[in-house]
Formats: sequence, C-alpha cells, structure tokens
Amino acid sequence: MALALTSDDRALLHGDAGAAAADAMTILTAFAAAVGAEAFLDIAGAHIDGCLYHGQVSLDFVERFVAAGGRVRVPTTLNVGSLDLIHPEIMRQPLAEQAPARRLMAAHEALGCLPSFTCAPYQTLFRPRFGQQIAWGESNAIVFANSVVGARTNRYGDFIDLCCALTGRAPAFGLHLDENRHGTVLFRLHGFPESFAPSDALYVAVGLILGSRSGERVPVVEGLPPPRDEDQLKALGAAAASTGAVGLFHAVGITPEAPTLAAALGGRPAGETILITPADVLAALARLSTVPDGTPIAAVCLGTPHFSRAEWDRLLALLDRVAPARGIPIYVNTGRATLAALEREGNLAGMAARGLVPVADTCTYITAILARPGGAVMTNSGKWAHYAPGNIGVEVAFGDLEDCIASAAAGHVIRRTP
Amino acid sequence: VIRHGCFHVEGDAAAPALVLAEALSFWGGVDATTGAIIDRSHPNCGRNLTGRILVMPGARGSSSSSSVLAEAIRLGTGPAGIVMARPDPILIVGAMVARSLYGLSCPIVVAPIDGIATGDLIRIARSETGEAAIFLSQQSLSVARRSS
Repeated sequence: MALALTSDDRALLHGDAGAAAADAMTILTAFAAAVGAEAFLDIAGAHIDGCLYHGQVSLDFVERFVAAGGRVRVPTTLNVGSLDLIHPEIMRQPLAEQAPARRLMAAHEALGCLPSFTCAPYQTLFRPRFGQQIAWGESNAIVFANSVVGARTNRYGDFIDLCCALTGRAPAFGLHLDENRHGTVLFRLHGFPESFAPSDALYVAVGLILGSRSGERVPVVEGLPPPRDEDQLKALGAAAASTGAVGLFHAVGITPEAPTLAAALGGRPAGETILITPADVLAALARLSTVPDGTPIAAVCLGTPHFSRAEWDRLLALLDRVAPARGIPIYVNTGRATLAALEREGNLAGMAARGLVPVADTCTYITAILARPGGAVMTNSGKWAHYAPGNIGVEVAFGDLEDCIASAAAGHVIRRTP
Repeated sequence: VIRHGCFHVEGDAAAPALVLAEALSFWGGVDATTGAIIDRSHPNCGRNLTGRILVMPGARGSSSSSSVLAEAIRLGTGPAGIVMARPDPILIVGAMVARSLYGLSCPIVVAPIDGIATGDLIRIARSETGEAAIFLSQQSLSVARRSS
C-alpha cells in the first residue's frame, strides 16, 4: 500500500510549520516510502545522534535547518558529541580542530534540542514511558528504550532522527507496530548450573551472541538469571547492537513485553532455537580481548554506555577499598547531569588520587582523550572493546568492573574469570 | 545474468563487486577519509570499498553509520552502490542525504546476494517496471581459469 498522508502531514510538507519542517518532512516522506511505511504517527520525544562530528556532512545537514529557522516540535535530547564541554582541558586536540565539533553541538542546541549530550537518555528526566512512540538514534539507547522500557522506536540513524524531531512525526513501520515486536528467534541458556551468581560479563556475552546470530530478527532470551539492575540489561543491549542490528530483545520474565515465553513470541513458535552454553559465553568474551592476562595497561575505560548513578556508587566503593595508586587513569564516561549530582554531593573528593578521570558529553573511544592510546586499555564494556581497536587503534582487555580496578592497582591485566 | 531487486535508494551504478562475508557497521567500521574497512572484528578488515558495489548480507551496529556513509559519498571514498540481502534504514538515510545535499548518487538495492563474488562486474539500473535490475557479469570464473 502506498504512503497515506494526513492533512497535517501535507501542511508540514507545504511549509505551514516553516521551511525547515517542510524540508525535514520531504526527507521523511522519501524515507517512509523506501521502508514501506503506510502512514506517519505522532512521537512523544526524540533523541538525536547527529551531534557527533563525522565531517562536513554533519554540519551541512544541521546548519541547513538552523538557517531555515527550524525548531524541534517534541522534547528532544542530544547524544554524545565529539568533545567534553565540561572538561575541555582533557581534550588532546588543538582548539582549531575542535571548532567544527563545537559548532555542531551548538547548532543542535539552536534547533531547540536539550544539551544532554549523553548516550543514555533513559537515565535522564526524559526517560520515555512504556508504550510511548519515540524516534531515537544511538544504537544502545534504541535497544534499551524498546527492550527495557517498552517504548517504541526503530533504529533511526543520524539525520532521520532529527527529521522526526523537527516534524514530530515518524513513519509507522517496524518496531512502532505491535505485529513486529514479537520475538522471532529464541536463544536458550543451556548447561548452566541450576542457580548461579550472574556476572556482568554474562550479560555482555549474551548480548554479543544475540547480535551476531539474530540478523534482522527480534531475539528472545530464555533462562537468563534476573539481573542485579538495569545496567546489566544496558550492557546486554549495547553489545547486541554492536555485533548486530538488534533494536529490541525480550528476556523472558525480565523485560516488560516478555512476562512469559509465549507472550514474548506472540503465541507463535520460534522460527529457530539457538542454545547458548557456558563455552559459547567464554568464546564470545575471549574474542573481545586483543591481549592476554598479565599485559601492562595504560588506562581503564568505563562508562560505555554512560555510567549510571548505581554504577558510580559501586565504582566509588571499589576505589575506596582497592585504592589504586599507580596513577593509571580510570576514565569514566557519564552524563553531565549524573556527574553534576555526584560533584554537588561531594562524592568525587579525593578520587583523582585514585586515578579517576570523569568524562562528560562524549566517550573515550571516539575522540582524543586517552593519555597513552598506544598501550593496552582495560574496559568492562563489550561495546567499548568492540569498537575501540578500530576507532582509536588501541589493544583491549575486557573484564568486569572489579577486575578493571584490580588491574589498575596492579598495573597489568588481572582477571579472576575470563 | 540478471536478477531483480527492490530500490531503497534509486540510481544507476556500474562497478566491480566487493562482497563482504558479514554485515558491516559504517561507523566504527569504515574510515570515511579513505574508504577502508577498519573494524578489526570484521573478516574483510583492510579491504577498501571506494568505487565498488558493496555487496553484503546486511548492516549492523551504530546509528552513526548514516553520517559516515554520507561523508564517504561526499568525499568520493564511498561505494558506487550497495546491494544488501536485508534492508537497513540507517544506510538508506545516509545515501538519501548525500543526494539531497550534494546531488551525489549511491543506489541501495535489496536483493539476493548468493552467487556474487568479489570482482564480478555489477550494473544497477531501473527496470521497465520500476524495480531494480542487477546485471551481473561473473569475472571470478574466468579469473580462476586464467590462474589455473
């Protein structure tokens, strides 16, 4: 069926809401036709991935809307940029090279986007509600919103997320619609002890496996132990969206659209069942590390996706207990609002001596922050471990939070478990 | 050989194929300044996609891939076209924006990719019915004969 436009859609196209909204609606209409949408729907909010600078095209696209007087029509948060605007002194990049990235972040603010600069907008006041239609960019945010919150967005890429924000409309296709949200491939944890203490690494490994085996299907996981908190699901989703194209997963008995296996599958049989064994978990995790245990480390990188308050509380307790003193920097990416609250409460006092370097507004694997990018870096993030070798040319060791801090104290990679 | 596909971004292109064994994320996977594949976990890491018809099962990973594809097209380091077995909205947007801002074409076609080998010449054109037509001239067999 062809794309049907409402009178409001046509008014947007004809410029009734301004030239920028008309431009955005023109792009959206072509996009909607390409993906086979039959209509548009209203969105309650947007999250924009486009303030990370990728070259001239980033500026050309956004500044065209700024010049046309564009304003977003729904509450709109911003993803990380290429700079830490809160701690400009940690950028290892000449000011002149920072100028386009700074201009790009400012251009998005000029359109009325909120300067949240976080990849975890679900940790902010703008966390969506169950069932809300939204248009989000940023792969980890997309999978979290759909899976853990039960809000509804497709995997919107740069540009189209902003077009949705400028119009308040999104094409009604894919994960916006009931019929596409049921699971179509089942992953079953198999061969694990009856009850076991789930490590953070288990969730990362399951995410890596879901991503690499699901293709365009919606995965359902059965047998996953109840997570300690939503951060373990954050890590699972981020990993699945790195090795694959997962925009929604269901964890039976855990995520809101999967109270039972039957509900997760929409009452239909799973197209395929894939077993995840302890050996699969170990193999997936082993692939994340490019260096063996005992390798000297130059830094620890945490907070990809951005560290939540709960993760900070665990980290700060660990830093107190382990007290690393070798001066190895422990970079922690986090949202500026989370960081401001920690500083206001005095929680970071004395932590610089432990090596702590808070990073806001950006992420250590996309920009020139690391002091010694030539050395091995340890991380508790499957996503960081997946992308950093290609992005910034580092060797990586993956381990859980406790191992990362123990390694910072020892000066080399220590892991109790792989 | 002709096969039919569905245009997700229209256009004509003719170039040798670069067939990827796995889905690729352009962000974190392609250096837009050179067109090289840089994702170290990807089996085709090190290959260069500039001027090729990129043939792959699907896309994966970052939503920033739209920007990286559009920037590569702007710089002339991008693929001449993309043939994918599974559609990907993120790459569609990158190619659409490159056309809208710069008038540069990188058609994206969803079609079966089995039997296409790196080096095969591919021509993408619009068929009389408005579908995508892929003309495939297989070079791999003749290369194999020459080298044996």
